[in-house]
Amino acid sequence: MPNASDALPVTGRYRLLGHPTDLVGHVAALGHVPLPSADRGEWRRAFVGALEASGLTGRGGAGFPAAIKLAVAHAGGPGGPILVNAMEGEPASDKDALLLIRSPHLVLDGAQLLAAATGAGRVMVCVPVGRHRVAGAVARALDERVATPCARVPEVMVRPPDRFIAGEESALARWVESGQSLPSFRPDKGTALRIGRRGALVHNAETLAHVALIARTGPDAFRSHGLVEDPGTSLVTISGAVEHPGVVEIDRGTPLIDIADRAVPTGPPQALLVGGYGGAWVGPAHFTTPYASLSLRAIGATAGVGIVIVLGQTACGLTESARVAHYLAGQSAGQCGPCVYGLPAVADDLTRLARGLTDPGLRTRLDRRLGAIDGRGACRHPDGAVNLVRSALHVFAADVGAHLEGRPCPHWNQPSQLRIPDVARAA
Amino acid sequence: MIRILLNPVACDAYGYCAELLPEAISLDEWGYPMVDGRPLPPELVGAAKRAARDCPRRAITLQVRKSGQ
Repeated sequence: MPNASDALPVTGRYRLLGHPTDLVGHVAALGHVPLPSADRGEWRRAFVGALEASGLTGRGGAGFPAAIKLAVAHAGGPGGPILVNAMEGEPASDKDALLLIRSPHLVLDGAQLLAAATGAGRVMVCVPVGRHRVAGAVARALDERVATPCARVPEVMVRPPDRFIAGEESALARWVESGQSLPSFRPDKGTALRIGRRGALVHNAETLAHVALIARTGPDAFRSHGLVEDPGTSLVTISGAVEHPGVVEIDRGTPLIDIADRAVPTGPPQALLVGGYGGAWVGPAHFTTPYASLSLRAIGATAGVGIVIVLGQTACGLTESARVAHYLAGQSAGQCGPCVYGLPAVADDLTRLARGLTDPGLRTRLDRRLGAIDGRGACRHPDGAVNLVRSALHVFAADVGAHLEGRPCPHWNQPSQLRIPDVARAA
Repeated sequence: MIRILLNPVACDAYGYCAELLPEAISLDEWGYPMVDGRPLPPELVGAAKRAARDCPRRAITLQVRKSGQ
């Protein structure tokens, strides 16, 4: 997490960031986590009611309503674990790391609340191997909580491999069960995840912090931010061609360009990459689109994991997209044919296009391949890659036209403005 | 109504299904089956059952759905 700047507080009563880091300060500022005392049934009704009324949606990518996920997990039966998903596999995301370093107890409180509501037997915080700062912060927080009322059910940290796909929720549950970070084929995603014979509930770290705050402040404080149909705040990591990359907390519904401006772009952005590497490019025509699920969906984008990357004028959007496509191809779990063979093929097509090394069939071939991959994996990994490439072809349509006529982008050999691990040979 | 459900993790591109049920299953350029999303006409149910049974990877199941779902 090298370049997360100080997060600017949002205005209003509700905020995720800015609370004390240590347990004593945390309890002094926010009070004890409101776990059930005598009447668990009564407590559960009130807790579930507050969660429903808040309208909180998952902040890990899918944006699924937290109250429905809780109901599904509850139906799956008690005794399983709550998995705190701090895998943050998106290379351009720092928000969960920042949150766990700054406010680990908020995240852990949220997990304890959901454990109480579902009858879960333990909390497992999943931090990838190698993320030393986050792991250190979590270890300190867990130590502080041992034998306090905060740790109603046992809390442990586990260390899955640091891979893009390892944080996909079924892959995470599978890793806990069998040590393999592989997504499961789940035709009906409305059923509870299972580890062994017990139900498991997986939540993004940020979502859990919201749960912990909503349980304390009630749903209205949460709803005093954002939109009626998409309430609350969100953490967004901003990077790319900006002066001050880092994590900010924004109200849902904030225009995309206002989010980018918080990090001070180095010049007028050429485009914004919204939602991460499985997200979508957004061109200037849609810079004022509100950061909210429905508005983003309407322009083919997604809030995804809160990521906004600013593409400067001196970059080739197609070359950058080809680099991302190569990266995503390399991060396939390797289980499904369309992902294993399709993503490298699409990445190669895009690289040829960006360099002006085109052939007459390239554009139709690329479109056909994108159509052939979409929706055919066990998980959404290939779909995200397809969405990114399609958005690139749309937003950078003028460049596509020029490259198809054999004129490569003058910026194709510029260093990437994106954070992409191990992509030196690609594109 | 019967729907063909293909498990992409199990599938290893043997391609038998596309031979047995070309009306509903085609192969992509890498040899993996693509199921068209349309409801399976009654006259193809027998062939679909055979495709499911003969898949060496047991990657195909037939899902019976109530109409309207």
